Amino acid sequence: MKIVVTVKQVPDPNSSTVLEADNTLARDKEVVLDPGDECGVEEALQLKEAHGGEVVLVSMGPERAKDAIRKGLSMGADRGVLISDAQLAGADALLTARVLAAAIKAEAPDMVICGTESYDGSTGMVPPMLAELLGMPQLTIAKKVEVDGSTIKVHRQTADGYQIVEAATPVLISVTAGIAEPRYASLKGIMAARSKEIKQIGLGDLGIEKGEPAETIEGLSQAETRKAGVIIQDDGTAVDQIIQVLVQAKVL
Amino acid sequence: MAKIWVYAELNQGKLQPTALELMAKARELGDVEAVALGAGAKEAAAILGKHGAKVVYVNEDKAFDDFIAEPATDALAALYKAQSPDLILFGFTSDSRDVAGRLAARLDVGLISNAGDVDAKDGGFVASVPYFGGAKVASMRANKKPAIILIRPKSFEPSESGGTAEIKEVDAAIGADSKRAHIVERVVEASEKVKLEDAKVVISGGRGMGGPDNFPLLEALAGALGGAVGASRAVVDAGWVPYSMQVGQTGKSVRPGVYIAVGISGAMQHTVGMKASKIIIAINKDAEAPIMKMADLGVVGDALKIVPALTAAVKAKKG
Repeated sequence: MKIVVTVKQVPDPNSSTVLEADNTLARDKEVVLDPGDECGVEEALQLKEAHGGEVVLVSMGPERAKDAIRKGLSMGADRGVLISDAQLAGADALLTARVLAAAIKAEAPDMVICGTESYDGSTGMVPPMLAELLGMPQLTIAKKVEVDGSTIKVHRQTADGYQIVEAATPVLISVTAGIAEPRYASLKGIMAARSKEIKQIGLGDLGIEKGEPAETIEGLSQAETRKAGVIIQDDGTAVDQIIQVLVQAKVL
Repeated sequence: MAKIWVYAELNQGKLQPTALELMAKARELGDVEAVALGAGAKEAAAILGKHGAKVVYVNEDKAFDDFIAEPATDALAALYKAQSPDLILFGFTSDSRDVAGRLAARLDVGLISNAGDVDAKDGGFVASVPYFGGAKVASMRANKKPAIILIRPKSFEPSESGGTAEIKEVDAAIGADSKRAHIVERVVEASEKVKLEDAKVVISGGRGMGGPDNFPLLEALAGALGGAVGASRAVVDAGWVPYSMQVGQTGKSVRPGVYIAVGISGAMQHTVGMKASKIIIAINKDAEAPIMKMADLGVVGDALKIVPALTAAVKAKKG
């Protein structure tokens, strides 16, 4: 089974981010492979280990997004494709999906695995868009994946439990972070990743015209902030003060 | 007048809350029509009429309930071609996201997701979207027609406006190859005592709880207060508690009378789901945690000591 995993380099969720003048996220801060995508890579590797095949990582981003791909390769993925083009800076979800779809089509995979949503953009819209553009069914928010020949079965998370959803390959799956605990890259894996192929291509190679953006940011305002309240050190009276607040709020 | 559509999400015959929330806003933006697909669509249409829908397009084909996204996308795309609405509003829920994303790609129009509000401006639509970790709000204009905008649950208060919808039964228009992602079984895991979304008091735990073994402390406090227990994405991802407890952008949106955040730092992912709470109390060992800047009362201390003491005090107070 050939599996493509979409991966994204994002500002480290554990470090503070800043905005560029054009309101795109600054990416010269510390960047990492999106933690959600790490889980997607792990799931793909486990499927490959159980059923054989190849795991290809596809990413869109600046040249240094190769580091994120390399991270996945050091975990055990076979090779990577990076679509990098200055015109793609600040791309919206649809353009991102179009670009990824074009690159993935060339790979003709049996399965595409995406994170449910990225840690930075968090629109969560790329997986369904990508499924549509690839002409694949979508098995979304999967917390478990089972393969039975060409039938893929997932546990799709719902508000009160899960659904068992199945479809035949080729199929796109979006996975939750809970699906698999990402492995640490071994020293051997890191060494091996150095010689694995990362093919870099541009928009022209995919025959995609950027087109007009689907959305434009017209302005930014400060988010409505709640009035900062009282901060107290717990000196033994904290419980009493909380009780007072609960009484005032009429929940006690 | 702009023609506004509300995608009235149904789940196993039940109209989902986002549908009526969106109706309340849609009425301010133009002439409102709704689309209801699947079991219960006709019954839902009557309710949507009371909330201001002039027309409700319905089809009760079973495929809308049994297959993910594709049948609904087919129906919406065909209806769009015939009716040409200016704006299609969706709730930012799992099922609606699946449909909206596919539809936006098929119509090649893009979309705006995770919005908190939308307004008609200069002949188009501008949505408010949290940006930069939620510290800022971006006014984002949809450049294409139709504008497709997904709005977080609980962004608007549903209200009846009186009226009766004309119910139009439409062709399902489901493509031969669209019955693919088949829901073969639905498993209910969580039997919520008090529903998180409806609870007057919500007590949520994060990494600061130390581990899943300490969550019963929150259950005890919730029990004493008649509230419900929630959690941050971090601990759900870590597998401490089920997803059904997650509060935040990818989880549930709540606006209780009192929200008690225990050991939660307050990342945007979490706060967008709870910042509309009337009163916020934060218990955290870090005085600099972002949650402290939005709490009405921030307590710097050891949650594992404070929570049991608070539970005892609540019980004592109640007698």
